[in-house]
Amino acid sequence: MSILQLLHTSPLTGRKARPRGRWLPYLLSLPALLVCIAILVPFVTAAAYSLQRYRLNLPYLRGFIGVDNYIDFLSDPAFWNTLRISLVYTALTVILELLLGLGIALLLRRPTRFHNAVSIVLLLPLMTAPAIAALMWKLMTNPGFGILSYLVSLFGVTDFKWASDPSSALFTVVLVDIWVYTPFIMILLLAGLRSLPRQPFEAAALDGVPASFVFFRITLPMLAPYIITASLFRLLDSIQQFDIIYAMTQGGPGDRLMVFQVQAYLEFFQYTNVGRSAALLMILWLITNILSNIFIRNWLRLRARAHGQA
Amino acid sequence: MEHSSLAGRIFRGIALALVLVFFMFPIVWIFLMSFQTNEQILRIPPRLVFEPTLGNYAALISGQLRTTAGNLEISFVHNLWNSFALSSAAVVLALLLGVPAAYAFARFKFKLGETIAFTLLSFRFAPPLLVLLPLSLYYQDIGLNDTYFGIVWVYQLIALPLILWIVRGYFEDISPDIEHAYRLAGHSWREAFTRIAVPLAGPGIAAAGLLSFIFCWNNFVFALILASADKQPVTVGALAFVTASGIQYGQIAAAIVLSVTPTLLLALYAQRYLVEGLSLGAVKG
Repeated sequence: MSILQLLHTSPLTGRKARPRGRWLPYLLSLPALLVCIAILVPFVTAAAYSLQRYRLNLPYLRGFIGVDNYIDFLSDPAFWNTLRISLVYTALTVILELLLGLGIALLLRRPTRFHNAVSIVLLLPLMTAPAIAALMWKLMTNPGFGILSYLVSLFGVTDFKWASDPSSALFTVVLVDIWVYTPFIMILLLAGLRSLPRQPFEAAALDGVPASFVFFRITLPMLAPYIITASLFRLLDSIQQFDIIYAMTQGGPGDRLMVFQVQAYLEFFQYTNVGRSAALLMILWLITNILSNIFIRNWLRLRARAHGQA
Repeated sequence: MEHSSLAGRIFRGIALALVLVFFMFPIVWIFLMSFQTNEQILRIPPRLVFEPTLGNYAALISGQLRTTAGNLEISFVHNLWNSFALSSAAVVLALLLGVPAAYAFARFKFKLGETIAFTLLSFRFAPPLLVLLPLSLYYQDIGLNDTYFGIVWVYQLIALPLILWIVRGYFEDISPDIEHAYRLAGHSWREAFTRIAVPLAGPGIAAAGLLSFIFCWNNFVFALILASADKQPVTVGALAFVTASGIQYGQIAAAIVLSVTPTLLLALYAQRYLVEGLSLGAVKG
């Protein structure tokens, strides 16, 4: 058998493989396929639940009701509140984290030993469990002894109730989200900044181009793929935020922080209304699906480029 | 972009200092709090100099918490053990399932492979409750509710996409020629896989494993729904602990420190790979 022939029959080329070789990829990915199916089954079930009148406490009323659960939302102020809070929370966290993360990445751009150490230390909030991070901030904002309550009182604000006051609850959870997730944007953009080619910047420096022009016309456009990737990752996670809000206030005070997943969780476990809970999650899934389609398209382009260079 | 002017350097120095304070202060403060008695914590104004005590940690480890309502038995150490056991088992399972699949996706172009990879990727971005709520009803029917295996199984939702996408990238970066040469020497594909491909992708596999461990450890919502008190990991346990211990703030702080220390140490150790891991291989660090 010649070497060429052997290469052709090898399963590594994938084509013209021996009978056993042809099944090899399928055999190797069989376990992952099973996991996929195991995820898809509950997912399809959830879609079916969303079309049913299904309450755990009233099982005999269970039945198919078409899209009634969805239609009910249209006239339900609680649903519109959930949609509004989720979108406001997402917009605030993503925009603020993006600006802050970009700023920090620019500060740490030059790869000195000190800058590298800072960027590593800044990863610690990101590696803290978000639910635990919420508890940390809860201790720091305690009205009795919290250090942050004490610090704002030094500035004459004596009655700031942080997460337990409807007017400052959103601000407080957004602050925790920023603390946890800004390092995510920072680390991605920093990797992006440091991988940019040097020539355009050297040329601009030689020509004496002003710094603001360099930033808006060279740095930002070249960084765009990284900014898109980082912000879409955050967008998808943020609109589904559960841990921080649940650990901090369980969606309260009142319904001030009732984002999608917290609302769905309470519908299911407190009001035992499986149908409504599933319908809420399907709407959230639809929103994230639209966002992830945009995301995956951009992401694949970037990934292909990253591997092309490697 | 070089700001070598004095004003520029001062501005950057102040900005960096503020950034460091904002991101480090909570961790440092809770750490200090965990060595204080309740009386010290409740003092106003708060003091930075205090007589440290190990009492909070001792109470947590012995499981006997003194509260105003009397002695309370809470086994936080058991929560720590649960976190460790659940996350490790989930990562081992995900590596066993994911590494061969990642190899197949990298080496063979087949439609099913792409479908699986993308289904898992899209579920990484789907609301976890969408899968969890129906699953909790199924679990009740088939008796998997509140079992370690049941929780480890859903942790695959976190670990498997991460391992598949990162490790696949590493396999793609290894030239198939090396494996061809090894096969030409008369070795089977299995030997080429275990002796050539896996060792060469070793750093990627290790990074993906470490990151999966961190994300499983940090997960909250899966165990909140599927685990009762004695199967709960630290994330859920700490929240229950806050409710139960009420005003024992020093002990709460100590519980927080114990919960985050393992992942923070691992993160420092694995920081070289974090960029790739966090972006599922989209951005190379």
